[in-house]
Amino acid sequence: MLSRVAERLYWIGRYLERAENTARLVGVYDNLLYDLPKGLINISWYNLIDLNSCGDAFAKRYQVQSERNVVKFLLVDTDNLNSLPSAVRAVRENLRTSRDVVPPEAWEQINELHIFCREHIGDGLSRNRRHAFLTHIIERCQGINGLMVGTLSRDEAWHFLKLGCNVERADMTTRLLDAGAAVLENSEVFETSNPAQVIWGNVLRSQGAYMSYRRTVKATVKGSDVARFLLDDEAFPRSVAYCRAQIDRASNNLSQVSGRKHRMHTELPHYIIEQEGDLGKDFRGFLNQLQLAIGEVHNVICENWFSRGQHSRQQQTQG
Amino acid sequence: MNINWKEYYSGDFYDELINKNGNPRRPAKRLAEYLAGLGSEELHKRRQLAEATIQEMGVSFTVYTDEGNIDRAWPFDIIPRVIPAKEWNLIAEGLKQRLRALNLFINDIYHDQQIIHDGVLPAYLIEKSANFRRECVGVKPPHGVWAHICGSDLVRDSNGRMYVLEDNLRVPSGVSYMLENRAITKRILPEMFARGNILPVDDYPSRLFDTLAALSPRKVKQPEIVVLTPGIYNAAYFEHAFLAQRMGAELVEGSDLVVNDDDCVYMRTIRGLERVDVVYRRIDDMFMDPEAFRKDSMLGVPGLMRAWKRGNVALANAPGAGVADDKVIYAYVPKIIQYYLDEKPLIPNVETYLCDNDEQRGYVLDNLDKLVVKPANESGGYGMLVGPHSSKKEQAQFARLIAQNPRNYIAQPTLSLSTAPTLVNGGLPESRHLDLRPFILQGRELYVTTGGLTRVAMVKGSLVVNSSQGGGSKDTWIVDTEGR
Repeated sequence: MLSRVAERLYWIGRYLERAENTARLVGVYDNLLYDLPKGLINISWYNLIDLNSCGDAFAKRYQVQSERNVVKFLLVDTDNLNSLPSAVRAVRENLRTSRDVVPPEAWEQINELHIFCREHIGDGLSRNRRHAFLTHIIERCQGINGLMVGTLSRDEAWHFLKLGCNVERADMTTRLLDAGAAVLENSEVFETSNPAQVIWGNVLRSQGAYMSYRRTVKATVKGSDVARFLLDDEAFPRSVAYCRAQIDRASNNLSQVSGRKHRMHTELPHYIIEQEGDLGKDFRGFLNQLQLAIGEVHNVICENWFSRGQHSRQQQTQG
Repeated sequence: MNINWKEYYSGDFYDELINKNGNPRRPAKRLAEYLAGLGSEELHKRRQLAEATIQEMGVSFTVYTDEGNIDRAWPFDIIPRVIPAKEWNLIAEGLKQRLRALNLFINDIYHDQQIIHDGVLPAYLIEKSANFRRECVGVKPPHGVWAHICGSDLVRDSNGRMYVLEDNLRVPSGVSYMLENRAITKRILPEMFARGNILPVDDYPSRLFDTLAALSPRKVKQPEIVVLTPGIYNAAYFEHAFLAQRMGAELVEGSDLVVNDDDCVYMRTIRGLERVDVVYRRIDDMFMDPEAFRKDSMLGVPGLMRAWKRGNVALANAPGAGVADDKVIYAYVPKIIQYYLDEKPLIPNVETYLCDNDEQRGYVLDNLDKLVVKPANESGGYGMLVGPHSSKKEQAQFARLIAQNPRNYIAQPTLSLSTAPTLVNGGLPESRHLDLRPFILQGRELYVTTGGLTRVAMVKGSLVVNSSQGGGSKDTWIVDTEGR
């Protein structure tokens, strides 16, 4: 397989996951708005920009850090490379040139997603249509992933898709945890309601993890448990530990089929969480470390299989 | 509505299907009767089916516009054009003769230039040729062949005779559409194929593969063949991907290839570098290798020329083959055939006036309103003056252009291109002008496609058939009326 084709498959995996997760990320904040009475806690939508490390790009376009501008930046702006429409477009462009290695229906489905995105671009901005819009995006992304799971041979193409998907997913899970921690940093516990529980509940739900968490942890929603679950649980498919194992597996398989012995250093930093107090500044610092380590995994993948001596055409945007 | 061929009108032109009396020509008889039996409503239903099929199969070409590049569905007319096998066999022989002579000519030009020494061709034509590549002098490609893939444009005049209008020896395109047109037509008019004697066209990819494989410098069982494309934004990207897939070759871009210190070409794969034997390049000479040609080319492969000159990789077509793809050289092809093969040309050229000949230029300037003026080195129908359809202002502009650079212009009489019934906007079939582009391969052996790509000007009265300028296409049937 040409390195370029492998690289495109990897980015299909990443951008598809990024599209889905951008929808999920906005979804968490959207839900928080309804669950936390105004005045009780001041949610800054701008956290979403901060934790995606796109403060500079945002500042170039907007002066006011308002909900509307943040959502516009993430769901509408095509010149923001991290936005939802940019991710969908990137999947489509990469798929267009790798159509001979993926099921033909994948091309039709990404076209449909692309058209949906274009025709409903205003829905993300409107509070009353946002939820339906985000849900639809997530479902379509899952549809494409499902198609791959159900019909793609487990050959090189599959492994590269998996690599991309899991690198992006692990990265995004750390950012969702950061989203929760950031909100909590600026809030106090009130007698009438406990914002922490609401916030962590939404972090779980945004990852479709609520039910799995309840069944695994068998306790009420507590920040320290949620963080441990999303970082270390080996059975939940969006946890960092699970993604790491998947990356190891895919890269081992690739080392075998490509006849090149590559070691993947997927050693990721660890952080001990024992109580709620462990989710403060240090925790956010750790998440940042974790993102850098995942970035390093990406670099190793590029060197192992895509190395073209000069440049990689696509950039890693976040982190 | 019923179709009555007696009411079909093609003016003074030669119609490929229906003669002057409104009777179908013999090889088209079954088709004409079948179409008449369907009626125009059913025909339009089938046209819609064809359009849906094209969308489904994703047959497209890219058009450059101000808003960026757009993939457009391939414009297609469902009524095929029919040529009797007996006539075609003669044409095919003529095309082979032509390509053999052209390859001998190119080889001569890059070696002894005997044709110039013998006074058949003036030396300055080569010296001033935009497509002559000094870098190629003395190179000996396999079999002495430079142009392995040639697309020649044929037109039929009102007298019913076929002429060669031009030879495309650089990166001719269109063959994938010839194959797709047949695939679509088989779905749209299956009954005709079930009972017919329509000769198949689909062995082209395997013939192309054989032609390319025979060029491999390494004598290995499975030479590595790649199709080199400028990328997704090229108008013919669909064709590049199509041919790569049909041949089982890798579709590569410049950045996928690398030339190492050993002057061999390699492609970057997940297994590391793998040696490449044959490059079917769909990139123009000037963009192929920034080391040898345009330094700013991002599409090419640095060192490709080096590897080719050392004989470590085969390039198809060879660099410099375009020297024969020049409309001034075209005018000399009958002499070239005579000179190298000592044969009479089997297919005539269209009469051509060279603007750097004082007498002929005088005639051209006096008759700009009647002639078609073409630049010597453009393709795709760009930069042309169609005299009878032009304004006084345009004619004056061309008179200036010719005076500035006479070597760069030729003129030909405006041809009365033949027509064929074509289905347009809802009504009965109407006559539209068309041409034909067959593809000729030369490696160890010679091969001509069975028919070729028929291009049709979809606009009434128009003579411009290029897809980049609103042309469409039709399936081309070579029908064997005597075989059984």
